[in-house]
Amino acid sequence: MSNKLESKFGQYGGMYVPELLIPALDQLEQAFIDAQNDPEFQAEFIGLLKDYAGRPTPLTKVRNLVSNPLVTMYLKREDLLHGGAHKTNQVLGQALLTKRMGKTHVIAETGAGQHGTATALACALLGLKARIYMGAKDVERQAPNVFRMRLMGAEVIPVDAGSGTLKDAVNEALRDWSASYETAHYLLGTAAGPHPFPTIVREFHRMIGEEVREQIMQKEGRLPDSVVACVGGGSNAIGIFADFIDSPEVGLVGVEPAGKGIDTHMHGAAIATGSSGILHGAYSYIMQDKDGQIEESYSVSAGLDYPAVGPQHAHLNDIGRATYSSVTDDEALEAFQLLAKKEGIIPALESSHALAHALKMAEAADKETLIVVNLSGRGDKDIDHVQKILKGDN
Amino acid sequence: MQTSSTDRYAQLFDDLKTKQQGAFVPFVMLGDPDKQTSIEIILTLVENGADALELGFPFSDPIADGPTIQKAAIRALDQGIRPDDCFEIIAAVREKHADIPIGLLLYSNLVMKPGIEAFYAKAAQVGVDSILLADVPLRESAPFRDAAVKYNIKQILIAPPNASDDALADIAAASDGYIYLLGRAGVTGTESTATTPVAELAAKLNQHKGAPAVIGFGISKPEHVSAAIKAGAAGAIAGSATVNLIHDNLGDKQLMLQKLADFTQAMKAATL
Repeated sequence: MSNKLESKFGQYGGMYVPELLIPALDQLEQAFIDAQNDPEFQAEFIGLLKDYAGRPTPLTKVRNLVSNPLVTMYLKREDLLHGGAHKTNQVLGQALLTKRMGKTHVIAETGAGQHGTATALACALLGLKARIYMGAKDVERQAPNVFRMRLMGAEVIPVDAGSGTLKDAVNEALRDWSASYETAHYLLGTAAGPHPFPTIVREFHRMIGEEVREQIMQKEGRLPDSVVACVGGGSNAIGIFADFIDSPEVGLVGVEPAGKGIDTHMHGAAIATGSSGILHGAYSYIMQDKDGQIEESYSVSAGLDYPAVGPQHAHLNDIGRATYSSVTDDEALEAFQLLAKKEGIIPALESSHALAHALKMAEAADKETLIVVNLSGRGDKDIDHVQKILKGDN
Repeated sequence: MQTSSTDRYAQLFDDLKTKQQGAFVPFVMLGDPDKQTSIEIILTLVENGADALELGFPFSDPIADGPTIQKAAIRALDQGIRPDDCFEIIAAVREKHADIPIGLLLYSNLVMKPGIEAFYAKAAQVGVDSILLADVPLRESAPFRDAAVKYNIKQILIAPPNASDDALADIAAASDGYIYLLGRAGVTGTESTATTPVAELAAKLNQHKGAPAVIGFGISKPEHVSAAIKAGAAGAIAGSATVNLIHDNLGDKQLMLQKLADFTQAMKAATL
């Protein structure tokens, strides 16, 4: 009755789930360990990443965005990955694990529909049946993504319970899984949830940071001073951080969504609240009221709109290995437009948070500074939304 | 008030054994549909034959519950029910019924927020006998079990139908007061009934000579109760079926209490 891999990051993480789900999580842990040691699995995973998804992604030096001559800034172009965001990496890995476990169905949650879309494409490719839970409000707000998922053969199930958003979709996916674990894998979309998900999701995204290391050494002959990434649950951030955690000269900077301001209740900055607790199977920083009821999060960016953060980020924060800042909706929207105007790249609103903070760092730099920003996704999905906001109808 | 020598569960299961009966244990959500009615509901259950009580604290994100219990939690939260209200309801019930075992069934974050020690101390103070945390498996249970021992509360663990024999042995050894045997996979609800070969599971648990096994999940009719007892369980827990009677009669409190009384009597009769 114990785990084969470390289930906690310091005091964070763990497996706070009904006893019923423990055998399924143990099975997943074992399948993951076996797969990591199986050259055939690795070859298939790497082959899909390369020939289907388009890895490695480029590392692009910005030309016009940064005015401080002391600063060199690069963008890790996960926006160019098939599917339009980093999410495709780990989804392919977990879909292969699903097949390895002999399961035929995949359950997933989705907020804006990005993880759902990634799940749908991987399931279409690998012949798995996907059922994707999505808050009823999000189904309405994100019609194009719902259509994309259905186009690729996934069943999209609207969730009315609770607030009808991402956290309720996670609840519903967990409920489904507790009745269907024999034939279905729960393909969790971020580096949160119970062990072994935070570890699996990190390992299936760690090529982001590995590629950055190689690319930056080639281009600059040294490691970056800072690696900056946005943090909702924290999967793109842990993916780009993982390979640098043991390189203390590289600063790791996570950027949470401050929404309308972290003093307003309208935000999703779980670490900034400094309040820890248990949500969706893990002990971590969460947004909660004085009794421990989970609070609604808010962000202009649906992908960051989650009231908790992955447990490894909580730990990296506490031990001081990574620092976490936050950026408001307005600042992110400004960075969104700036990158389009100056570099001809439309970033996802999520990634715009990382960029906005990196621009602040660039402005403040008083010595030679090399910054890498994880441009975790492209902004096509956000265009209608941003247009409405800029016109003032939102 | 509870004294350190009180073991209401042991007393109950001894008495029932002598009388050759099983235990009927209804579950309701504290504060559903409001604080005063909740007290009346629980007293009705006790006065119509409930052998013990399972009481829920409303939580915003109940991952182990189906729609019926979720809605009950939302009703209570919408009434502004807070943990202190829940403790007050329990204290009111305990004042009238000194002997009935009272168990809590809730989610871990409501315990983590005030602090494990503080929560267990408060529970002991109002006369709670057991605590079951729906999202704390044996593997994460140590700090909660330590607090339980300190405050003379029984920490209940769940024995799921898919557990290995080794896991069942560990759960049987660690669960105090009784063992909550899951009648089936999935979440709470009356949509599907207990399907697992519970007799086999109950027999395995009984072999380990741990606390008595009580079956929950999918118990909504008297025949489910008698089947559970026949399968070797010491009792049966009905949650969603009980809560449905509250939901279906929200407009007529007297009728609601009457239906709960009739239901409790019928379910208790099936344990004889």
